[in-house]
Amino acid sequence: MRYLDEYRDGAAAQKMLRRIAGTITRPWTIMEVCGSQTHALLKYGIDQLLPDKLTLIHGPGCPVCVTPVEIIDQAIALAARPDVIFTSYGDMLRVPGSGKDLLSVKAEGGDVRMVYSPMDALKIARENPDKKTVFFAIGFETTAPANAMAAFLAERDGVDSFFMLTSHVLIPPAIETIASSPDNRVQGFLAPGHVCTVTGYTQYETLAAKYRLPIVVTGFEPLDLLQGIYMLIKQLETGGYTVENQYARSVARDGNPQAQALIDKVFEVVDHKWRGIGTIPLSGLRLKGPYARFDAITALGVESPPSQEASACIAGLVLQGVKKPVDCPAFATDCTPEHCLGAPMVSSEGACAAYYLYSRREKAIT
Amino acid sequence: MNLFPNCPIPLTEYPRVLLAHGGGGRLTQNLIEKMLLPSFDNPFLAPLHDGALISLGEQRLALSTDSYVVHPPFFPGGDIGRLAVFGTANDLAMCGARPLFLSCALILEEGLPMEDLWRIIVSMKEAAQEADVQIVTGDSKVVERGKGDGIFINTAGIGAVLPGVEVGPQQVQAGDEIVLSGPLGLHGIAIMALREGLSLDADVKSDSAPVFPMVKALAEEGIEIHMLRDPTRGGLSSALNEMATKSRIGMLIEEERLPIGPEVQGVCEILGLDPLYVANEGNFIAVVKEGQSEQAVEVLRKNPSGRQAVCIGRAVTEHPQTVVMRTRIRGERIVDVMSGEQLPRIC
Repeated sequence: MRYLDEYRDGAAAQKMLRRIAGTITRPWTIMEVCGSQTHALLKYGIDQLLPDKLTLIHGPGCPVCVTPVEIIDQAIALAARPDVIFTSYGDMLRVPGSGKDLLSVKAEGGDVRMVYSPMDALKIARENPDKKTVFFAIGFETTAPANAMAAFLAERDGVDSFFMLTSHVLIPPAIETIASSPDNRVQGFLAPGHVCTVTGYTQYETLAAKYRLPIVVTGFEPLDLLQGIYMLIKQLETGGYTVENQYARSVARDGNPQAQALIDKVFEVVDHKWRGIGTIPLSGLRLKGPYARFDAITALGVESPPSQEASACIAGLVLQGVKKPVDCPAFATDCTPEHCLGAPMVSSEGACAAYYLYSRREKAIT
Repeated sequence: MNLFPNCPIPLTEYPRVLLAHGGGGRLTQNLIEKMLLPSFDNPFLAPLHDGALISLGEQRLALSTDSYVVHPPFFPGGDIGRLAVFGTANDLAMCGARPLFLSCALILEEGLPMEDLWRIIVSMKEAAQEADVQIVTGDSKVVERGKGDGIFINTAGIGAVLPGVEVGPQQVQAGDEIVLSGPLGLHGIAIMALREGLSLDADVKSDSAPVFPMVKALAEEGIEIHMLRDPTRGGLSSALNEMATKSRIGMLIEEERLPIGPEVQGVCEILGLDPLYVANEGNFIAVVKEGQSEQAVEVLRKNPSGRQAVCIGRAVTEHPQTVVMRTRIRGERIVDVMSGEQLPRIC
């Protein structure tokens, strides 16, 4: 298949692996920020093919994983209401709140529907004016434009039955949190290609210069990742700390200005809590101005009991790259995709899910 | 006396049935192994094959049943009626048996257009002719509007096991070769694309078809078949895992040999699905004796449904009960059982 097969070509991958092996002379520790990159690395077995000198740390780029448990509890409370149609990306349905997940609410009779796009949710809201249709608007800058568009259209067309439960987060503040931590081990970043497709990478240039860390904007196919790693190692070996763009077929330096304008129109940047990490200043998005009326929390007044995290779960440390999924005592024992303690085990971008699915018989990537 | 012994699936985990319990993955497995198998415990059920093998005098028979709840009931390449006939006939074929007789039980929802019902019945009639089976008994019930989904169909079937054919997990040995009779994912993707309203440039049609002629051809050409499975619900990964688990052997497959068409690949990329977990209908997996896969592929390719037959891997002594895939870039990863549901209710 065009535009896919080229990036999964075995011979080209071997060639890139030889280049990596021929370039690396010292141990380096790098982080792939995005969970989809983590999954691709394990799904294609790339982790086993890389030189031992290279350590990969998995980053916090899993929107499902970092959505605070309080917001998931609010989602569960909303979804259980008889007057609510609760719509969400499929990923969120299995994420545990304090007590249960959204799929359980569905089994108990709540009207919970999986959608592929906020536009589907808006359509449901238009078709059900007597109900309150809530869309669980989560994600990084990648999903923000579509979610902003849903709010924009709802406002333009006066769809009063549409609401959004938002938990939107931004990547650069998270990278800064990691880079500025006194315990930071990460010496270079593979930045998420799809986020940068929207935002461009000028913000990353500021980070690279400030913390003297090289960053390569990288795609998600095996060859993208291998090339991104190669570019990063070349910089590390030569002491470089600039931003390079491996994913040029999708990412422009300034990103997508129309998408950015829409985000700015609908959302404002606020402090945001990340599950397992804590509050990061100016790292989230909230509906603003005329769009604030679609905010499900303020409009519908959600009450949920105090939230609680599973005590054995080390998701926070996994998300910060401090621990590997296999370091968790509950991994693949008390915590499995069928009965999980933490979100990274059930998200399609979660590091724990990647280890569980693709490499349980292997030891950790070190 | 304890009249209501404790539920074997702890209530704290799953107080209610989830859709994922019907997805063909691990939760389905839990339901079968923890609740159904111990309750109905008997030697015919224990192997948990696609059907039960029973002997009447000299004649070995296979008995199987399946319910069909696919939504929507009409889809490119087939409909619920065709599926209900082929599905059960194929389950019998996976026991190495020639499908002979089917039963047909209809559960109809009040308000179902009579025209739709008629189309489905005609389709069942034609499918039965195609699969060379007779529908010899049946039942129909109507439930109130809102208590069904238009139409549900259950079929059960009896087949005669082919002489000399002995399939089962105990037959599988290291070195055996794994042959797949046709391309992956067509059925699941045809339904998924329809449900999601994806308009595709190229048509993806369900490939649902009777597979017995291919099984018979293999047997007649002297291929020693050790195990058969149709990768329906739960897809290739679930079928391979089931075979590996039951035969206590490892399986190694090659990603680049998997027959996945560009349309199926494309829809999977768009919807974020793994083609290894997508449901199939008109194909099956045959584990054959070491050294016989080439001949088996040749035999299968003579059948219209087997034109893309291919050897996808082999049984190995390493990593018992685990399926490992060598990826296209020469890495290795495990191929796990699907955990939740990927496609709700597609067969």
